[in-house]
Amino acid sequence: MTRVLTRPLLEIKNLDVDYGLGDEAVKAVRDVSLTIHRGEVVGLAGESGSGKSTLAYGVTRLLPPPGVVSNGSVVYHPPTGDPYDVLNLSHHELRKYRWAETSIVFQGAMNSLNPVHKVSVQLMDAIKAHEPTSSKASRLARAKELLRLVGIAEDRLEAYPHQLSGGMRQRVMIGMALALEPQLVIMDEPTTALDVVMQRQILGQLVELRERLGFSVLFITHDLSLLVEFSDRIAIMYGGRIVEEAPSAAIYRDPKHPYSEGLLRSFPALRGARRELTGIPGSPPDLRGMPTGCSFHPRCPKAFEPCSTDLPILGKPDDHVGEPRTVACWLHPVTAG
Amino acid sequence: MTLSESTAAPVGEVVLEAVGLTKHFPVRRRLSDLFSGTKAAVHAVDDVHLTLRRGRVTALVGESGSGKSTVARLLAQLYPRTAGDILLHGTSTKVHGGRRFRTYVKRVQLIFQDPFGSLNPVHTVRYHLTRALKIHGNAGKTSADLEAALANLLTRVSLTPPERYIDKFPHELSGGQRQRVAIARALGADPEALLADEPVSMLDVSIRLGILNLLKDLKDRLNLAILYITHDIASARYFADETMVMYAGRMVEGGDSETVTQNPAHPYTRLLIESAPDPDRIEGIADPTVLDRGNGEPPSLIRPPAGCRFNPRCPHAMPRCKVDLPPRLEIGDRDGHWAACWLYDAETVAKEGIGSAADVDSAIPTPPALTLTEEAR
Ligand SMILES: Nc1ncnc2c1ncn2[C@@H]1O[C@H](COP(=O)(O)OP(=O)(O)OP(=O)(O)O)[C@@H](O)[C@H]1O
Ligand SMILES: Nc1ncnc2c1ncn2[C@@H]1O[C@H](COP(=O)(O)OP(=O)(O)O)[C@@H](O)[C@H]1O
Ligand code: SF4
Ligand code: SF4
Ligand SMILES: [Mg+2]
Ligand SMILES: [Mg+2]
Repeated sequence: MTRVLTRPLLEIKNLDVDYGLGDEAVKAVRDVSLTIHRGEVVGLAGESGSGKSTLAYGVTRLLPPPGVVSNGSVVYHPPTGDPYDVLNLSHHELRKYRWAETSIVFQGAMNSLNPVHKVSVQLMDAIKAHEPTSSKASRLARAKELLRLVGIAEDRLEAYPHQLSGGMRQRVMIGMALALEPQLVIMDEPTTALDVVMQRQILGQLVELRERLGFSVLFITHDLSLLVEFSDRIAIMYGGRIVEEAPSAAIYRDPKHPYSEGLLRSFPALRGARRELTGIPGSPPDLRGMPTGCSFHPRCPKAFEPCSTDLPILGKPDDHVGEPRTVACWLHPVTAG
Repeated sequence: MTLSESTAAPVGEVVLEAVGLTKHFPVRRRLSDLFSGTKAAVHAVDDVHLTLRRGRVTALVGESGSGKSTVARLLAQLYPRTAGDILLHGTSTKVHGGRRFRTYVKRVQLIFQDPFGSLNPVHTVRYHLTRALKIHGNAGKTSADLEAALANLLTRVSLTPPERYIDKFPHELSGGQRQRVAIARALGADPEALLADEPVSMLDVSIRLGILNLLKDLKDRLNLAILYITHDIASARYFADETMVMYAGRMVEGGDSETVTQNPAHPYTRLLIESAPDPDRIEGIADPTVLDRGNGEPPSLIRPPAGCRFNPRCPHAMPRCKVDLPPRLEIGDRDGHWAACWLYDAETVAKEGIGSAADVDSAIPTPPALTLTEEAR
């Protein structure tokens, strides 16, 4: 099933992000184009260091120094009114945009709860920021509802963060992001500490809510397994670039890029015969000394003659018919244009 | 070098045992509690029995907040326990800091989930490892001994050549490398038991495998008893000899890993296994209504449900489940496979059950033989 793609919500075009300036710069994101449509769940997967968080920070303009967006645009289409480039917003406009339009759950968010305040206080503050006129009673009721949404018994409202397990803190952060009822929720590895029952429950809630409230989700993870079930489309990142993008089922059934295939093969199997796992040999590239050509070639089991010298471009493979998908690999040549 | 490459003790010898281990965290009293005279507490861990053996990996799986880390911290004697006992080689141990704690820690080492938080960012690998070796008296007499011991530790965790890593700061290492250093540091004590609390869940899938294989290899070579805590039951199947499942502070199922993962008996374990990614469900967006989810709330641990703690979510709950705590019952398919569930008590089922445990089997679909990994081939 493919969802009919509706209006775009966020269009990332040719984005480059560097850490530092000049020759010293680490090129963490390179020429990334990705469109998130209204009401869509887009997954972004790749090993650590591939640039996923940097991309998320870049499009929300939350890059920590010395990070800079050195090229590209991020066009946001508000529910009413004309589209605008987020990268051109003034600080004042940006603040408004961040509250009302996007919310982001940061990686390692479980450590970003304020240790001196109870969960109840932190949730209610977030709700108050979004609805300044709400009554205290309605904020409390909403806080309880949010906890229930992320599977925490409401009698834990009065707990301090250190009294919750790691996974519970992660879930509180997810609840906070939803409190703001934004147009776009960016989640950077929000469920790494959760078991599958809980992950499935939270992702299920998220999908249901997005149907009800109509927001979009950019879900970042290095764990493809559940992402495949819960997102409409998946983009795979390697060495700062998107190397493949396709509907989830297509990525799962027929990964075209050898790196996507490797990622899919890195999970221990719960069902079927037990066997040794291979994973992906080698380690992610050093962004300071990126391999020439296809940056995956030193680890690629299928590398052949052009791979070490020529950079494959991301595009619809010439031999592909059907649902739109793109890949950057010499095994699937793309005629430019 | 004093680290023992292969210990004389036989594989399977019991190293560490938890007997009726219990931990309640008091929560601040409310006015109503004052009047009723009850003390409110988070029942984080109740009556846990667990045995760690030499050369074997025991997995502890369970949902977030089920008490896994609390069990690890209790076993490491970082918290005092509310009730129960911890036996080291059959001897009851209770230590609060001081020399006795140090002797205990030398034999039982804990590795934390977060490779980012567990190493001090201002110190090099050399500092961390030297300290561990010295504290536990494994640094030798001369500086040449120390160098040799350091090189040996790094080699054991496959950070080779050791010179490349020894003077690095934590931020100069990847997550997987940091976790290897944390493991090396634990090995510096030359322990008999290693408690690994989610050692790989913060790491990439591709790096996870390397760390798990490393632990497996250490278990074999050093004859270690390992407790492997994880929320990922598939990795328990791959890596652990024995798997124990925890739900809301209690053990609900245990047995050899292959049996527990392929023939799960407890309804919670089944839910856990059913929830694993399934290619047949992959048709774009999963239908969230397919699985138990709506009533999928974990219970309050301040006022845990009476009887079986899973009863509010359990599709097979019988009247007795809401009253009596189910004991460990033998499943009978394999030696040592048990579940704390009334479905395996013939009398209860005969009296109250809508069907027998066998009917339950057919009610819960058998997982298809396909796997994510295999299909991707
Ligand atoms: N210091 C504390 N004070 C009060 N309650 C606590 C404390 N530490 C843990 N708890 C509670 O004990 C229960 C078990 O927590 P624990 O950290 O053992 O869970 P866990 O199984 O490791 O979960 P996760 O998979 O999310 O790490 C939780 O309800 C938690 O909130
Ligand atoms: N503040 C920073 N300064 C310099 N380099 C950074 C900074 N943050 C991230 N990087 C580098 O940018 C690359 C991409 O990192 P990141 O976006 O965090 O990847 P991911 O989220 O995919 O794990 C990595 O090589 C990382 O080391
Ligand atoms: S371009 Fe070549 S090296 Fe890169 S993924 Fe394709 S086959 Fe492998
Ligand atoms: S004891 Fe009863 S409620 Fe508990 S798991 Fe078994 S059938 Fe379900
Ligand atoms: Mg990241
Ligand atoms: Mg834990």
